[in-house]
Amino acid sequence: MSTAAPEAPTELPPVKRRNAELALICVTIVITMSAMAVAGLNLNGQIPGAMWGYGLLFGAMALATHMALRWIAPYADPLILPCALFLNGVGVAMIWRLDAADSGDIEHAGIGMQLVWTAVGMILCIALLFFLKEPRILQRYTYISALAAIVLIALPMLPVIGISEYGARRWIGVGGFTIQPSEFAKIALVIFLSSYLVTKRQVLSLAAKEIKVGRFKILDLPRARDFMPMVVGWVMAIGLLVVTKDLGSSLLLFGTFLAMLYVATQRSSWVIIGLTVFVLAAALAFQLFWHFEQRVNIWFNAFDQEVYDAVGGSAQLVQGQIGMAYGGLFGTGLGGGDAHNIFAADSDFVLASIAEELGLTGLMAILVVIFLLVQRGMRIALASRELFIKMLASGLAFVVCFQVFVVLGGLLRIIPLTGMTTPFLAAGGSALMASWLMIGLLLRMSDNARRPAPKAIQDEGATQVIRR
Amino acid sequence: MNTPIRRLAVFSMILFGALMLQATWIQGFQADAIREDPLNSRQYSERLTEQRGPIQVAGEPVAYSEDISEEDDPSRYQRMYNGEDLYTPIVGSFRSYGASGVEEAENSLLDGSDDRLAARNLRDILTGHDPGGARVELTLDPEVQQAGYDGFVNEGKNGAAVALDPSTGAILGAVSYPSYDANDVVSIDDQEGAVDNYVELEQDEGKPLLNRALNERYPPGSTFKVVTAAAAIENLDASADSTMDAPDTLDLGRPLPNATPGGTCNNGQPDSLAHSIQISCNTSMANWAIEMGGAPLSEQATAFGFNQDEVLETPLEATPSLAPEEDDRNVLGRAGIGQGNVEATPLQMAMVSAGIANSGEVMTPYVVDRIQEPNGESTLSSTEAQPYSTATSASTAQTLTDMMVLVTEQGGSGTNAAIDGMDVAGKTGTAETGGEDGTHNWFIGFAPADDPEVAVAVVIEHGGGSGNENAAPIARQMMEAVVQE
Repeated sequence: MSTAAPEAPTELPPVKRRNAELALICVTIVITMSAMAVAGLNLNGQIPGAMWGYGLLFGAMALATHMALRWIAPYADPLILPCALFLNGVGVAMIWRLDAADSGDIEHAGIGMQLVWTAVGMILCIALLFFLKEPRILQRYTYISALAAIVLIALPMLPVIGISEYGARRWIGVGGFTIQPSEFAKIALVIFLSSYLVTKRQVLSLAAKEIKVGRFKILDLPRARDFMPMVVGWVMAIGLLVVTKDLGSSLLLFGTFLAMLYVATQRSSWVIIGLTVFVLAAALAFQLFWHFEQRVNIWFNAFDQEVYDAVGGSAQLVQGQIGMAYGGLFGTGLGGGDAHNIFAADSDFVLASIAEELGLTGLMAILVVIFLLVQRGMRIALASRELFIKMLASGLAFVVCFQVFVVLGGLLRIIPLTGMTTPFLAAGGSALMASWLMIGLLLRMSDNARRPAPKAIQDEGATQVIRR
Repeated sequence: MNTPIRRLAVFSMILFGALMLQATWIQGFQADAIREDPLNSRQYSERLTEQRGPIQVAGEPVAYSEDISEEDDPSRYQRMYNGEDLYTPIVGSFRSYGASGVEEAENSLLDGSDDRLAARNLRDILTGHDPGGARVELTLDPEVQQAGYDGFVNEGKNGAAVALDPSTGAILGAVSYPSYDANDVVSIDDQEGAVDNYVELEQDEGKPLLNRALNERYPPGSTFKVVTAAAAIENLDASADSTMDAPDTLDLGRPLPNATPGGTCNNGQPDSLAHSIQISCNTSMANWAIEMGGAPLSEQATAFGFNQDEVLETPLEATPSLAPEEDDRNVLGRAGIGQGNVEATPLQMAMVSAGIANSGEVMTPYVVDRIQEPNGESTLSSTEAQPYSTATSASTAQTLTDMMVLVTEQGGSGTNAAIDGMDVAGKTGTAETGGEDGTHNWFIGFAPADDPEVAVAVVIEHGGGSGNENAAPIARQMMEAVVQE
């Protein structure tokens, strides 16, 4: 806005703070190991061997990532990696604890592939940092990213490899593994939107018509022909909803689309129109295709006996809330609760499990860390010079934020419950790898934003003087 | 582009703020309400796997918790019951959706949450022991209980029996038939099966879930005549020899016949009180009631424990028995022989019997003898014998006893209750039920008559015979279990 007050400085000082990062990472390792120790003590009164096995392995992986960062991206934001590791570590401890209670065998309780996926995620993150020195080159791949996003979203709809489970079609099966492509689709979508909107933002922000009530401006209506991208985005979101029945992914992708459209154009009218039309269309779609009434009932009357008993009713949601109620302010303690008896306790309901066993206090701590991560992403967006990078950083940060809102908002009955993973915390390889890729992008962009600009003409000569 | 980014950052802050507020609302303010929601099955299933204290009869556990978890796994306790159907009416069952009997009444002691166990639990936690629930020792005498239960099994008829220690009020036996095996409804591994079994019991026509001994009212029939006699002695200065008109039929709206052999009490002549009790004369006892009026009869019944507003807690809640004050002559006459609006639980009739046995002093019935600490080392509390009410004077009680002894002697109506080598006081009853299902058959009594150790009341639901035929043998067996030890 042209009338805005002079903006606060957006540049980030070129400090590395890698030792601070190391200290924070050590704290997260201690927290992860203590969490497993507490769970073991609560489950059978012993400090489990897993604390050393899984804990130290996780710690080694975390430290390796940190060391790689010192070498590849020394100026990267020092808070991002500890935040991600904290969430990842708590998630690993929680998944181990749930498996220990489920299998009833503490010594042989596993964490599935979670640590393996964590390692793969970290390697992807480091590889991305290593190979992608200038994220701006991603801007060249506008339509390839668009294609990638569409393909990834469409994959579960394909016959044979597409897998429909729990009322939503959001998985594909490849060689024994199941992959949730929408987790990667959101990254591709953010890349596409960043590059596309950066080039089209001027056109899109042209207003054709002001709508006023009295003297007050309500909306700036865009030109009709500029509605095209919006229409495409909207059609895709609704199409996704209708075909996959996955309201969560649809809401997340469309919300991200609107947020980035707003960042690019600064026009709130886009957001208001988009949101209104989406809500109406989603409501209509549910009314036409599924038991819209049941959805609403689950949302508003979850504790009704009939809604609870119905097939696909509110049982899972109610049990999650009962778990949270048992958690209260300080939680039952890891391993002390009954979280493992709730369906999807380690994936879609992982935040409910955390709320039960770590209490409101623990849930708040987790939320604060995620929020910190989101705000660091926004900060990187502010500090970066290139518009594409600004869009990419703020878009990725918002994806994390909105994803947590959709899943936890559903658990808390702020919005209808939809199946969705929680970044870093939920069990599942796709989500974990996608999260680490996003962290890689954020780290790379922060490294570039904070790196001191070269002051002299660089040459390979031995006489070069570098000053700080 | 920085302004919209800042706004997006603020917007994400709002989203997180909304999450935090709602989480605080649910976990901080709504938590109690959610936990108490009936949909919360955890509140039962959690307790279901806890270690509860045992319920014991004569030092042997009849209900106890056993750890059924595999080695090294966290403990899971399964509630187990001994004695199959025998003790269930009193002991009850501890199920996933509720509890009954002593399991319910003494729940806080059994699960260890009672204040009396607080200090001990704290000590256990500090010393690293598992805090456990208290041991609840019942007053039941296994032989009495078994004798009563076997009697019903042999006859194959529904009913109930109560045996009291007249000097203390301790419940020595409380049989309700049919009963059920509590093990069928408490499995924690097959909770669905347990619930199915319970639903089946709920729908069973024999009402096995009902504790007839304490919670079912029956017309007491002729056993109530001892109350009428007591009222006559106390209010009309009657003695065993006092006579009352005893026609072969008495017009009470519709004719009231006698159920005595030949339909006559004293060949139509006025009959003495003692003889009326001995042979169970209807017309003379109805006339005694009419003679004294509704208030004295109802008050005498109240003195024995009828007509109480407050529920008697043994600690199992006993349903109050009824003997309202009658103004109408016809109804009053029938009330005098335990019909009309008079309804009594087996426990109440046992209290009548025990009150007479204890020189007119009714003791408060109780089934929990004492509460012991979890390890059984020391006793937390034991039930003291408490007077409940003074029903009659000692001399009245003696007069009644003498008359009741005649019942079990040659020429009496309850000879089947006689025990060799001692006098047994008794009174039979055959109560009309108004339907076609046959009469309820009663027997109340105590033994030995001169130094009572046990007082009983037995009712056979729709036995269709006489009290002597159906109820007296069971009463005798229960009394024998005490006096022939």
